[in-house]
Amino acid sequence: MKPTTRKRLGSIALNGTAIVVFLFAVFPVYWMVATAFKPNDEIFTTDFILFPRQPTLEHVTQVFTDGVAGNSIWVYMGNSVFVALGTVLIGSVVALLAATAVSRFRFKGRTPLMIVLLIMQMVPAEALLISLFLMIRGAGLYGQLLGLVVVNVALTLPFGIWMLRTFVAAVPKELEEAAWIDGASRFRTFWKVLFPLVAPGLVATSIFSFITAWNELIFALTLMPESSGYTMPVALRFFFGQRGTDWGAIMASSTLMTIPVVLFFLMVQRRMVSGLVAGAVKG
Amino acid sequence: MPPWLIPYALLLPGILVIAGLLLWPLVQVVFMSFQKLGLPQVRGTRPAEWVGFDNYQRIFENDLFWTSLRNTVVFAAVTVTLTLVLGTAVGLLLQKLGKVMSKVLIVGLMAAWAVPPVSAAIIWRWLFDADAGIINWALNLVPDGLSNALFGRADWTGQPWLNDPVSIYMILILCVLWASFPFIAVSVLAGLKSIPSELYEAARVDGSTPWHTFRKVTFPLLKPVFAVLTILSIIWDFKVLAQLLILAGPTNREAYNLSLFAWSEAFNPPPKMGTGAAIAVVLTLILLVITFIHVRQMVRTEGDIK
Repeated sequence: MKPTTRKRLGSIALNGTAIVVFLFAVFPVYWMVATAFKPNDEIFTTDFILFPRQPTLEHVTQVFTDGVAGNSIWVYMGNSVFVALGTVLIGSVVALLAATAVSRFRFKGRTPLMIVLLIMQMVPAEALLISLFLMIRGAGLYGQLLGLVVVNVALTLPFGIWMLRTFVAAVPKELEEAAWIDGASRFRTFWKVLFPLVAPGLVATSIFSFITAWNELIFALTLMPESSGYTMPVALRFFFGQRGTDWGAIMASSTLMTIPVVLFFLMVQRRMVSGLVAGAVKG
Repeated sequence: MPPWLIPYALLLPGILVIAGLLLWPLVQVVFMSFQKLGLPQVRGTRPAEWVGFDNYQRIFENDLFWTSLRNTVVFAAVTVTLTLVLGTAVGLLLQKLGKVMSKVLIVGLMAAWAVPPVSAAIIWRWLFDADAGIINWALNLVPDGLSNALFGRADWTGQPWLNDPVSIYMILILCVLWASFPFIAVSVLAGLKSIPSELYEAARVDGSTPWHTFRKVTFPLLKPVFAVLTILSIIWDFKVLAQLLILAGPTNREAYNLSLFAWSEAFNPPPKMGTGAAIAVVLTLILLVITFIHVRQMVRTEGDIK
């Protein structure tokens, strides 16, 4: 075989494999969206219908009007947005303060704190579920979205601090010292110098917390007994309780739940990888 | 404010949250694992009763615990291995591909990675649906003779994949693998980009085969990355719960893993929170041992956590 032929064959094999991997990754997502827009007779068939032949919005309209478990999907979307935004708003302030402390100061107890942060990322949230359930109930927050916000803030905080501290550490200390020498107060230095430079990292961390809270199922399922308090993941589970699974409606709701995450994800994917790996490698 | 106090002031809210909502519940769950916490105790009509190691004894004598433990460990072992192998292979592939093709593939990977776990489980459940699932359609395409020889059946329509724990776990493995290999691939790619190309040139000049180059150049240099990815994957795959709950439901006891077993003991009526806590403690201990090894390695190599 001539070297050029071999090279060409190699390139075909390489790109062919890439296409197979691409299809494996994308097809299930495509299939969800396609099913959401198919009429029922194209869904419940033993045939393979790649594109909806008669695309329809009936399932989307159905989940907004009839909904599931007695409420329109709007209610669940609203709950999910409340919980995720609440988690981000409270969590990012707390995480930013803590991240500034651990990356700008050397103080007694810092190393134990870092080890606790690391270990808390590994403790399964499910293990805390029973005691958090009793605590939330004791605080009168059982069945309240606020309770879910509090839990999600706690669950996302260790990783939030861990990720954010690399962003704070990346801002040169000299900038703050210059402002400090120029007579700016501590708060002003933080607000006018550090904060704008850390803002992109803060956005990335916030989006991470948003996604975590948005996707969370078990606590939402356990802490919210009334259907009017369900978040999207909990509501989606309810489609399986009905006689004969309504796949069109499920896929429409599932698509609605997935869209915000995919958008956010594309915005921060680079930082997610560097944050997870670099943070873990460098310690 | 004296300067030494500033870091503590900044940390105060964070420490309150971590101590109050993570550490304290963790301590409590250990306490609860030594108590009897049934319906009367949860309602508050009777105080919690100290029962020593009864809960542990009860779960260790329960066959369901051993099935759950086996399911947890086997699932994690298989999934972590498959995810790392596939993810690394795709990472290497991404490095070899042309610019356009690798961009396209990365966007595809992002799509799979971004899908919420609940949606992912729902999608795979739909792909494997007994009546209208596309997997049964594809299996029906296999020529009858071959299908009979391989699986002992030719007609797959109506195959109830979600009735049997083995096939539930097969789907769960596919679902988690599908959702998690993109992260491994992109991380491995990031690591590969940090390796100077001169090393590969040298290996090529010396006539090294691709496999040899991977074993002697790539793998040793990426060892820290692989170490982190392995530990993260183990931790994630040990406590898979949402996906299992969607695929198997809360009452399919044969398909329990430790998290689902703990959850259903504690919250399926009648609540047995003490036993649930004991299972949660066992799960946590397993994970903490793995984590401890990880942290010790990091502290040893870095000396100090930056």
